[in-house]
Amino acid sequence: MNGKFSRLKNIALHFLLLIGVFISIFPFYWLIVMSTNKTSDILKFPPKLIFGNEFFTNINNVLQNVDFFKSFLNTLFVSTTSAVAILFFCSLAGFTFAKFQFPGKKILFTLLLITMMIPSQLSFVPSYIMISKMGWVNTFPALIIPGLANAFGIFWMKQYSEEAIHDSLLDAGRLDGCNHFRLYWNIGLPILRPAFAFLGIFSFISVWNDYLWPLVVLNDPAKYTLQVTLSQLNGIYNTDYGLVMAGTLLATLPLIIIFMFVSRQFISGIAAGAIKD
Amino acid sequence: MNATNTQEVTNNVQYMKPVGKGSLWRKVYKNRALYLFISPFYILFLIFGLFPIFFSLYLSFHKWSGLGKMEFVGLKQFTYLLTDTTFWQSVGNTFAIWFLSTIPMLFGALVIAFLLNTPLLKFKGFYRTAFFVTNVTSIVAVTIIFKSIFGNHFGLLNYVFTMIGLNPVEWLNSGILIKVVIASMVIWRWTGYNAIIYLAGLQSIPNTLYEAAKIDGANLVQMFFHITIPLLRPIILFTVLMTTIGSMQLFTEPQVLLGNSGGVGGAGVTITMYMYKQAFVDNQYGYASAVSWVLFGIIALFSLLNWKIVQKTGAK
Repeated sequence: MNGKFSRLKNIALHFLLLIGVFISIFPFYWLIVMSTNKTSDILKFPPKLIFGNEFFTNINNVLQNVDFFKSFLNTLFVSTTSAVAILFFCSLAGFTFAKFQFPGKKILFTLLLITMMIPSQLSFVPSYIMISKMGWVNTFPALIIPGLANAFGIFWMKQYSEEAIHDSLLDAGRLDGCNHFRLYWNIGLPILRPAFAFLGIFSFISVWNDYLWPLVVLNDPAKYTLQVTLSQLNGIYNTDYGLVMAGTLLATLPLIIIFMFVSRQFISGIAAGAIKD
Repeated sequence: MNATNTQEVTNNVQYMKPVGKGSLWRKVYKNRALYLFISPFYILFLIFGLFPIFFSLYLSFHKWSGLGKMEFVGLKQFTYLLTDTTFWQSVGNTFAIWFLSTIPMLFGALVIAFLLNTPLLKFKGFYRTAFFVTNVTSIVAVTIIFKSIFGNHFGLLNYVFTMIGLNPVEWLNSGILIKVVIASMVIWRWTGYNAIIYLAGLQSIPNTLYEAAKIDGANLVQMFFHITIPLLRPIILFTVLMTTIGSMQLFTEPQVLLGNSGGVGGAGVTITMYMYKQAFVDNQYGYASAVSWVLFGIIALFSLLNWKIVQKTGAK
């Protein structure tokens, strides 16, 4: 009796969750449907609701109209460079805050936390003016440099270092004559590797998906990142669904594939970061 | 042990103060490598954070098109802002979207987290991934997909409406429905994210509490409202704050969905989009800076208010 009841409850539970999953996954399904069909098949009543075989035609249309491949490489370059640099600067600073004593440490760290609360809109217009005065419009440094050392990454790395790296290890390193940087490089880095996985992918995804800033500092199509190219495609070819959707699919797929491989660590990283705040 | 510690601390303070700068500087000098390690953040913040903030304050008192001379206008741009109906419309739009998205999103997230927290639930990893994947999708992509689902004439949703005998709805031709569409994108992208955060919070609530409630004859709904929600209060407060700050900065969804015009009658123009238009479409850099300061004020005030309300209602 009890067993039967809990089994029913279990089915109800999975049923509810699957409704949620359906809402969550359906737009991806619809994206694939649209990008594999002719626009005329999507825009008729009733629309085609299953995958078609026009994907390569649609892709071809994308490639003929915009330099998609170039945007892809631009985005890949900017995201990868940003992620690597963020990892280095944030882990070095986070490790330093967690494991060393020096005058002014508390004040400096508090300052860092305060900067996290300032909305980026406040500095948005002047940042653009500076970038343009520096001649950085249409350059990748404009996309990479301002975000390099971010407070969240340092905070995250500090928390992780405090938990994961034992002082005894560092003391042993000091006895062996390691200087501060060696302590970070030889002892800190190997232990911080799991934190690297999270922060690296988090940064990569954030930069990959960023839209407002690239939209403002890039106006040469040869320098566009994928998000800007997508939005242009959407604006110019908005009647050609097949084309726009094929581009959207191509721009989104790499991240989804990466996410599928690391979802477990990534999700626990997000949760841990939020709970610690 | 404790006593010696305090003594040591006081000793330290006494030692550092009177002996003064000499020894402090020596300490700083000795640790110069450490300051070097943390310096990139502060240098970049000075250049791309602090300086622009002051610059933006300066700009907000000037009329400037980006070329030529700046003209000092004092508080004029702020007083103009107060009477600028399009600006207040954008404030109203932003709040409406905030209101439409926050409550369903956070409530949905709580329910999902509560369900996922069932002990011995199968496929938990699959569910977590499926709910979270919406959050790694770029907002531009999400908007493009949703635009086709909510299309005025050939949208998928209108097809479904016709199938079940309802009249098709011109989603993007109505001021209110435009906001519903934008809110639905926010909900879709962020519910899973918030659910994951709640789930992490739930896992710190001991199962014995639920078991005790079960013995007392409580049902699931009672447990949800009397155990889960009260114990998650600090985390709920955190997500409400984050959601509020995020909503006040909404830009990509309306801009990609409706273009720079912001849809019929500007019904989709948010505060950030208004700022963007002033600066990068109309080249009113000074005025855009004034807008950004008012936006900052609104975020600060609203966050504070939120904080107070959630704290009060929780305290009961």
